[in-house]
Amino acid sequence: MVTEKDIWEQLEQISDPEIPVLSIVDLGIVRTVSISDDSCIVTITPTYSGCPAMNVIQEDIIKLLSPTVNTKVEMTLSPAWTTDWMSENGRNKLREYGIAPPEHEVDKSVLFAKPTVVPCPKCKSSHTKMISQFGSTACKAHYQCLDCLEPFDYFKCLK
Amino acid sequence: MTTQEAFYNYIVRLGDDSLILGQRISEWCGHGPILEEDIALTNIALDLIGQTNNLYELAVSIENKGKNIDQLAFLRLEKEYSNLLLVEQPNVDFGYTIVRQFFFDVYRKLVFESLCNSTDERLAGIAEKSLKETKYHLKHSSEWVIRLGDGTEESHRRVQEAVNTLWKFTDELFYQDEVDQNVIELGLGVDNSIFKATWNTHVEQVLTEATLTIPTNSWQHTGGRKGIHTEHFGYLLSEMQYMQRAYPNMEW
Repeated sequence: MVTEKDIWEQLEQISDPEIPVLSIVDLGIVRTVSISDDSCIVTITPTYSGCPAMNVIQEDIIKLLSPTVNTKVEMTLSPAWTTDWMSENGRNKLREYGIAPPEHEVDKSVLFAKPTVVPCPKCKSSHTKMISQFGSTACKAHYQCLDCLEPFDYFKCLK
Repeated sequence: MTTQEAFYNYIVRLGDDSLILGQRISEWCGHGPILEEDIALTNIALDLIGQTNNLYELAVSIENKGKNIDQLAFLRLEKEYSNLLLVEQPNVDFGYTIVRQFFFDVYRKLVFESLCNSTDERLAGIAEKSLKETKYHLKHSSEWVIRLGDGTEESHRRVQEAVNTLWKFTDELFYQDEVDQNVIELGLGVDNSIFKATWNTHVEQVLTEATLTIPTNSWQHTGGRKGIHTEHFGYLLSEMQYMQRAYPNMEW
């Protein structure tokens, strides 16, 4: 008999198709796993409303779990995902991969106030600047380190 | 009009606003003034289409006639769309695009803030999710309004022209009819007249900082909520609906 703990462990193998270094569990988009009789329901939530990775993630979950247990994937929007749900493990993996993990505060620099300081994931310098509020995917912004000059992605804080 | 019909129409209106603006902004894909803005605009379009997706899913479940959301998005006729006239206006240039976005973002943020308290949990959930995205869009559009307005002589002239041209579509943001009355009474939807003053103050503040002026010409253009659109809308639809019309029921 498969347990919820087994399912959670198995889900660690599924990565976000756009950030392959993170599992969907690290990202915090798997909300609940519930098992009844011989079937399993996995509830997931999108990072952004239009996240194009959701369909692939749904298919990956079914492909992985179906041989073991009858699986259904449900989508929920509430409570809305925030970057606080990303695990510490996930944050470390992101940094090693070269993407700056979300700082714990939302960038409130509307109208040119001081923006959040995002340290460079390569050389750790805090001397960085935002190039663009939007990056290669909906969840990232584009930064550059002013010391090592490396451009990098920042996983934006969403609360 | 039954409550169910009113609620359905209300949700479709919200969805139409984001679909049509999303379609408009996506026209910038590959044509942005700089690479970063090309990416920013397409990201915003993606958020808006995602919000549309969630809103249309809710609409078809309320209607309960077995429709799918592609039918709503791609197979209605011009008069069946009830988006605001503001969002269907052409891109013209980057300045127009930003001003249109700014007027809409300020409004949409207020709508979603209120809808977080909707008595319908599903709608409250969509609002909570979309609000986070909308705040980020507003930050982006506000900064650009200021940068362009308080920029060079030419950027100031162009963006002031956009404000002058688009101002006549802003009263419609606060349009209300029996659809709204129905959903307001039940706490399903929001009474947008409540935040008209807040919208004005916010817009004025940013425009002032941008050294731009609000036009005094008070003539206002409405009709979108009733399906009476401006001439630009038909061209937008013919492009947006082409694939579903040419290859019925196609899926990616």
